Amino acid sequence: MNFNATLFGQLLAFVFFVWFTMQYVWPFILEALEEREKEISDGLEAASRGKRELDEAHQKKAEILEEAKKEAADLVNQANARANQLVEDAKSNAHEEAERIKVSAQSDLEQAAKRTKEELRSEVAALAVAGAEKILGSEIDRDKNSEIIEQIAQEL
Amino acid sequence: MASKELNSTDYIEHHLTNLTYGKCPDGTWSFAEVHGKSQVAGTEASCNISEMGFWAFQVDTLFMSILLGMGMIFFMRRVAKNASSSKPGRVQNAVEYLVTLVRDQVQDNFTADKNPLMGPLALTIFVWVFLMNLMDLIPIDLVPWIANGFAAPNAEGGAIHYFKVLPVADINAPMGMALGVLILIHYYSIKNKGLGGFLAELTFQPYGKWMAPINVIFEIPGFYAKQLALGLRLYGNLFAGEMIFILIALFFGGFFSSFTGVLSGIAGLALNFIWAVFHILVVILQAFLFMVLTLVYLQQAHEHH
Repeated sequence: MNFNATLFGQLLAFVFFVWFTMQYVWPFILEALEEREKEISDGLEAASRGKRELDEAHQKKAEILEEAKKEAADLVNQANARANQLVEDAKSNAHEEAERIKVSAQSDLEQAAKRTKEELRSEVAALAVAGAEKILGSEIDRDKNSEIIEQIAQEL
Repeated sequence: MASKELNSTDYIEHHLTNLTYGKCPDGTWSFAEVHGKSQVAGTEASCNISEMGFWAFQVDTLFMSILLGMGMIFFMRRVAKNASSSKPGRVQNAVEYLVTLVRDQVQDNFTADKNPLMGPLALTIFVWVFLMNLMDLIPIDLVPWIANGFAAPNAEGGAIHYFKVLPVADINAPMGMALGVLILIHYYSIKNKGLGGFLAELTFQPYGKWMAPINVIFEIPGFYAKQLALGLRLYGNLFAGEMIFILIALFFGGFFSSFTGVLSGIAGLALNFIWAVFHILVVILQAFLFMVLTLVYLQQAHEHH
């Protein structure tokens, strides 16, 4: 255990090594370290942001899907209602048409019956006149007896 | 490889003697003389170590510590130069682990406003002291044997007869570093508290200014003891470890001469292994402690009371 000038030699070497480390070693390694730490934390942040965005997108997708489903259901309902309406309309139209045809056919029928009646009546009048002529053996003056004929015809 | 002709006392003494180059009383510079001959073959020694006094250098201590320090900074510099944030190699990863460890220690123990010196200081202390401590795990006779031209220390001829490979087992190395820390503590104390504040801290505490003489008696020894202990702790631990290795090495003395020599050699091997494993802890722990305590003391130098 003998102290001597080695002490100061060691001190100088110590100072030199610390100075060298401070100047040429520590800052470079620390810089690389801190840069990487920053990159990693940035990366992690980006990842969590991406995850959040993905979650949001998933939620949005579900919402849109839900909306689309509702819309589609509405459309189907509307279409159904419209179809029902159309069927109903068609039914009532047909009904009306049928009614109208029935009515017009009836009136035609009535007219035809009337006309036939008229014809029959006039024919019966003529027949009656002809019959009366034969009975009377003379011609009946139509003009003179038209009143009677008319009357008969009316009574038929 | 303790030689048969050396007795145990000589062997231990040999391992505790530094290779010393210094100024003799007659004014000449030379290697020291031990047991009547110069420590280095082929040189003239004019005095022994104790006669040299202060102007002497432990060449082995300085050589090993500076060699290890140079290795450290070249290695670190290479890593620092190629450091990339995106593609760290294996070596960079290892160094970054170390830097992170040191940085965390700095952040935990040094809470004062940012001082750019603390990180590099702590890193240098930790790595350098670790490397120096690590020399304790080199087989104890290997480096002296190489230094002596692959010959036993008492062999005729040889080259450098004395060479201690463990710098921290020489009091000058740890105390030199502790001296650096002491200077920093004084510098930052005075810088941050002012000379008055620094002196007030030593004289007006803990009993107020009217008890200043008693305060000084309490504070001054405490203040310097901890700084002294910083170096002594490292020295003491590693010196003791080295001593145990030397004692264990004595078991190998008669390995080639007798049957009991072989037996004691085997016992020595087992002991050496156990002690070396245990010593790995000491090597790291002492380096770590030196770093942490330096940070704590410098933190105290930045604190205002």
